[in-house]
Amino acid sequence: MVDLSVKIGKLKLKNPVMVASGTFGTEYAALTDVKLLGAYIAKTITLRARTGNLPPRISETASGMLNSIGLENKGLSYFIKEKMPELARLGTPVIVSIAGDDEGEFVELTKKLSAVKKVAALELNLSCPNIKYGSREGLLAQDEKATYRIIKKVRAATSLTLIAKLSPCVTDITRIAKAAQAAGADAVSLVNTFPAMSADIGSGRPRLGNVTGGLSGPAIKPIALKMVWDTYNRVDIPIIGIGGIMNHKDAVEFMICGATAVQIGTANFVNPGSAIEIITGIKKYLDKTKISKVKQLTGSLKIG
Amino acid sequence: MKQLEVKILENRKIAQDFYKMRLESPYLAANTKPGQFFEVKCSESGDPLLRRPLGAHRILKNGIELLYKIVGRGTVALSGKNAGERLDIIGPLGNGFTLSRAYPVLIAGGTGVAPLVALAEELTKRKNRPYIIIGARTRAHLLCEKELAEFSDSLKVVTEDGSKGPRGLATAVLEKYLSVSGPRVPAIYACGPTAMLKAVAGIAGRKRIPCQVSLEEKMACGVGVCLGCPVKMKGKGEGYKMVCKDGPVFNAEEIAW
Ligand SMILES: Cc1cc2nc3c(=O)[nH]c(=O)nc-3n(C[C@H](O)[C@H](O)[C@H](O)COP(=O)(O)OP(=O)(O)OC[C@H]3O[C@@H](n4cnc5c(N)ncnc54)[C@H](O)[C@@H]3O)c2cc1C
Ligand SMILES: Cc1cc2nc3c(=O)[nH]c(=O)nc-3n(C[C@H](O)[C@H](O)[C@H](O)COP(=O)(O)O)c2cc1C
Ligand code: FES
Repeated sequence: MVDLSVKIGKLKLKNPVMVASGTFGTEYAALTDVKLLGAYIAKTITLRARTGNLPPRISETASGMLNSIGLENKGLSYFIKEKMPELARLGTPVIVSIAGDDEGEFVELTKKLSAVKKVAALELNLSCPNIKYGSREGLLAQDEKATYRIIKKVRAATSLTLIAKLSPCVTDITRIAKAAQAAGADAVSLVNTFPAMSADIGSGRPRLGNVTGGLSGPAIKPIALKMVWDTYNRVDIPIIGIGGIMNHKDAVEFMICGATAVQIGTANFVNPGSAIEIITGIKKYLDKTKISKVKQLTGSLKIG
Repeated sequence: MKQLEVKILENRKIAQDFYKMRLESPYLAANTKPGQFFEVKCSESGDPLLRRPLGAHRILKNGIELLYKIVGRGTVALSGKNAGERLDIIGPLGNGFTLSRAYPVLIAGGTGVAPLVALAEELTKRKNRPYIIIGARTRAHLLCEKELAEFSDSLKVVTEDGSKGPRGLATAVLEKYLSVSGPRVPAIYACGPTAMLKAVAGIAGRKRIPCQVSLEEKMACGVGVCLGCPVKMKGKGEGYKMVCKDGPVFNAEEIAW
């Protein structure tokens, strides 16, 4: 019997496969067995409701897709009252993803959610490319000091497991990951979507209503993989690999390159059962290669 | 809603750039309503990556029929499939049309006729045969005239160049018809390009006639998960609804056109 369990902070997961924020919902419960997931990461919520961006919000590109949802969500209170009870019944750990415009909002979200039953962990979305932070134009996760400061404050406000989700749109992701570790994050998840765009030469217009958006899917996998590898060599906390994982081979590849666990995003749209098939695939891979614990995969890349 | 591997019974070119695909599935036959759609995996190669939404064109005894236009990678790949092969499909999705006892007036432009055939058939089954107006660019772009004639005693065809029926727009025919309408209270069902739907919504609004429109938007998931297919609702603070989950059929008056 192979051991698929992994630990992220205080959180023990029955297997290392989670569904990524914004790419999975309870609607899929009719199509796949949600309780088999390692964890369920909910769509990012903010303190107040957000209407999201103008359509079109989706455009397919070569081996990937652009999205500019703009963090549409009904806000914290709605989530706690209307959504969380449903998620609590899914039978798998629920990780809540949060984003704030400033430290104060992150701390308030954290405090309120820490008081909610069945919230297994928090993922801090520091990297959504569609939100402008305060007066700055950039992303929070592009700023080492801001990343450190916010995680430090959030850490002080909760005993829940904290995962910092990082943006790939930085000069050196390992520096941001180190800042997250130093501030007390239990894990880092990388990566979020890559800022990107596409235009229609027929109409001369952008293909997204918001002009720019984020790229996800197989197109980003090799870049995400290198970021996981680089980060693995620089930090001690677990890394959750994300980016274009479509099948168990992609998942194992991320783990060999340093990920303790993985998240499945775009693949859910293509096949809502992707994550479950990946879990089965990893198990078979371990059986075949006679590896007894999935943990042994992490960072096992053979060099030289 | 289910994810199914269904057998392709037929995939046939019916006109320049248009295909009909018949699929075997007792489940979809029994559970699909006119106006609902499916998320179809057009290719197993990963190109294109995402599924494509296609409406129910016919709801048959042992399956369903799709009618699709070749516009890009997905529909090109779909047109290459052969009878006997399997197709990965999720559905039925969306709300579908809400049928009333009012006199149904169906109006379609271009590819918009595809879902109206299933609707006209269902209305006929309910002994409420519709009035139908279809508009196309030219005679060559005209679809489903024969099928629709089966389900309507008053089928009006117009083309923008006059190559079939009177020259003009479907909305002009609608306006004229409604100005002299008979004893029965009408209800409009519309499907087609956004500009046409907007014009239909305007006419229905002025005449205070209930009007349902079937909308399209780019989709990733098709089930309400990704929030990728918004349509702006009328009224302050109303925000967006999702075409895939809350629609694709909406009351025309709800929408901020
Ligand atoms: C609910 C719903 C039901 C639909 N039913 C049908 C149907 O019954 N028959 C049918 O032929 N089509 C239908 N469509 C449209 C169909 O989904 C698109 O034509 C298809 O996704 C195009 O895929 P592609 O890969 O061939 O083209 P792409 O490579 O994706 O696009 C090629 C071109 O077509 C345009 N296009 C793509 N998707 C759409 C869209 N949704 N609406 C308008 N333009 C688009 C693009 O802007 C681009 O210029 C429906 C759409 C929705 C949302
Ligand atoms: C439609 C869509 C919506 C997303 N929404 C969120 C979100 O709300 N919060 C977040 O942290 N990431 C969000 N993401 C990013 C994914 O969680 C993931 O990091 C990214 O898509 C890369 O993984 P993938 O290539 O497997 O999709 C979204 C991605 C997509 C495609
Ligand atoms: S396509 Fe995903 S919400 Fe409509």
